[in-house]
Amino acid sequence: MALLQIAEPGQSAAPHEHRLAAGIDLGTTNSLVATVRSGRAETLPDEQGNHLLPSVVRYTDEGVVVGEAARRAATSDPLNTIASAKRLIGRGVGDIKSLGDGLPYEFVEQESAVPRIRTRAGDLSPVEVSAEILRVLASRAEATLGGELSGVVITVPAYFDDAQRQATKDAARLAGLRVFRLLNEPTAAAVAYGLDREADGIHAIYDLGGGTFDISILRLHKGVFEVMATGGDSALGGDDFDRMVAQWIMDQAGIADDAGHVTLRTLMQQAREAKEALTEAGSVALTVELPGGGQWRGELDRDTFDELVDPLIRKTIGACRRALRDAGITAGEVREVVMVGGSTRVPRVRERVGEFFGRPVLADIDPDRVVAVGAAIQADVLAGNKPEDELLLLDVIPLSLGLETMGGLVEKIIPRNTTIPVARAQEFTTFKDGQTAMAVHVVQGERELVADCRSLARFELRGIPPMVAGAARIRVTFRVDADGLLNVEAEELSRGVKAEVTVKPSYGLTDDEIAGMLRASFEHAEEDMAARQLAESRVEGERVIEALRAALAADGDELLNAGERDRIDAALEKLVAAVAGDDPRAIEREMKQVEKTCEFYVERRMNTSIRQAMAGKRLDEF
Amino acid sequence: MAITLTEAAADRVRAFLANRGKGIGVRLGVKTSGCSGMAYVIEFVDELEENDEVFEDHGVKLVVDRKSLVYLDGTEVDYGKEGLNEGFKFSNPNAKAACGCGESFSV
Repeated sequence: MALLQIAEPGQSAAPHEHRLAAGIDLGTTNSLVATVRSGRAETLPDEQGNHLLPSVVRYTDEGVVVGEAARRAATSDPLNTIASAKRLIGRGVGDIKSLGDGLPYEFVEQESAVPRIRTRAGDLSPVEVSAEILRVLASRAEATLGGELSGVVITVPAYFDDAQRQATKDAARLAGLRVFRLLNEPTAAAVAYGLDREADGIHAIYDLGGGTFDISILRLHKGVFEVMATGGDSALGGDDFDRMVAQWIMDQAGIADDAGHVTLRTLMQQAREAKEALTEAGSVALTVELPGGGQWRGELDRDTFDELVDPLIRKTIGACRRALRDAGITAGEVREVVMVGGSTRVPRVRERVGEFFGRPVLADIDPDRVVAVGAAIQADVLAGNKPEDELLLLDVIPLSLGLETMGGLVEKIIPRNTTIPVARAQEFTTFKDGQTAMAVHVVQGERELVADCRSLARFELRGIPPMVAGAARIRVTFRVDADGLLNVEAEELSRGVKAEVTVKPSYGLTDDEIAGMLRASFEHAEEDMAARQLAESRVEGERVIEALRAALAADGDELLNAGERDRIDAALEKLVAAVAGDDPRAIEREMKQVEKTCEFYVERRMNTSIRQAMAGKRLDEF
Repeated sequence: MAITLTEAAADRVRAFLANRGKGIGVRLGVKTSGCSGMAYVIEFVDELEENDEVFEDHGVKLVVDRKSLVYLDGTEVDYGKEGLNEGFKFSNPNAKAACGCGESFSV
């Protein structure tokens, strides 16, 4: 007997055609899968009732083990147990070296830019390791839903660049999953609270996990979440809270810092339990076995705990303040503050963050699960289980995309903050007579000159039929898919020759770099305008020179006497000199001069061509 | 003519409705499709339609259109678990044959 779920009015699926979808929070430490059933989004437990799947993969002789069992083996079998695939995914070998915090793996030295980890099961890329985690979560979802998934939404940090996003998608594909789309983690948390269905406004997502802290400022505008700023500390989290408590116990109990490994680990575990107990209780009793024998008994109350962790919370508040400044807003402009990550269960964290933003924080949804829940809601909409009028959540591109035109200028095709997916086309033409190829240089950025933007890709369109300059029509189409990946296609319209490129930059931009590029575009606005004027004048000047030289070569000797020719040549030379200089007004002046000097020549050419056209024809033929 | 809910099913419907934040009850129905003739429909109800009959069981409003009622009369809806999966089950005395998965039936 089939087990049925309640559908939205009019959205019942035909038998065997249920549009099953899941949201996956692929985390650094733990991963989760969630789905919407009978209108309710929930994370799904495994057979033992555990919702969290430790993001650890172990390769054994018997096969691949994912989750808790793998995590437990991390110390005994470190080389074959991969615990930080998310920190490696989409990164180059150079990036990994710069992570430099003693990753316990053996990296394979090789030509390719993708790092590979040497394990018992062969040399594996972080993409393959992540695929194992996704496979386990997907099969949990399929067992729970009783059918095959039509697609998934996977969350990624807001600061993930194109390469990291592409690698995450590759991992999903390897796991046999169709990715509806990737969703930013803070956006998913906002969706879980239904903020996407509320009025436009600015929200802060405070994400304090076990080992990392992220703050994201999002602006909802016409149904689109735009990431205004991100910040945080990649080495600050709940583990640091535990360390503070453990240190306090050591001070109280007189345990030396160089106590054995086992003692310290036991203490960390006890500290963690004490911290968790203090979420509900006002104080917690502690009994610690001393390394030299005997016991220490004590009590940790909430006030003392708060004092211990306050310096850590202050650090996160500092990061919040910086993020607000980057976004150019004040704390008072933030409408909702969403709590994400297990460490936001600590009451003191909620209190201090609430004080900073001047409003109570949103913490009703389990902060460990809120990201997966938001992803599941989005997946449900994308699978087509909601009526059409439900808003589809969109993302925006952070920097304008364009291409290089003559003179090293940037022609923006898709301006920044355009919602994706998007496709925009623009027509271009040839610059020289008989030009048969065109170089397309794709750039990203807000500045007017190519040199100041970031180069994404270059390709050439060949096989343009020879025509006079300006006659060819070349349509260049920019497409950005829902995951922010760019495809550029150039097509010559008369003959239909095409060339295209998909941009998968191996190193993307960090949010700081994006912010820096935006700042530069404002700071250099005037300079850029002057540069654009100069470049445009040069292009125009060169076009005039090109055209005049072509004309002179064609009929200059027939139509001009020596004196006339000298005058034109002199004007032309002055223009050539002006174009080589950097004063746009001089170029304009010399262009005008050339035009004036050549007026009679242009007239003669026109008359000649009319005579040629009329030769041998009767009047009534016109 | 009547359609009933088990207490377990009623509890779930109430919880799902509360979570959804709107809706007056749950619609039960059939539509002609599926591998064995008829397929069950279970949906939230925001508005009643002209030909709807409304039953109430365990405090939950059950909405059935008259055409479906012919096929569903006497049906009991339960909520159950099978391994990790869980959901609503229809026990329909009118169904003569069901397809292997139970998503559709014939009379």
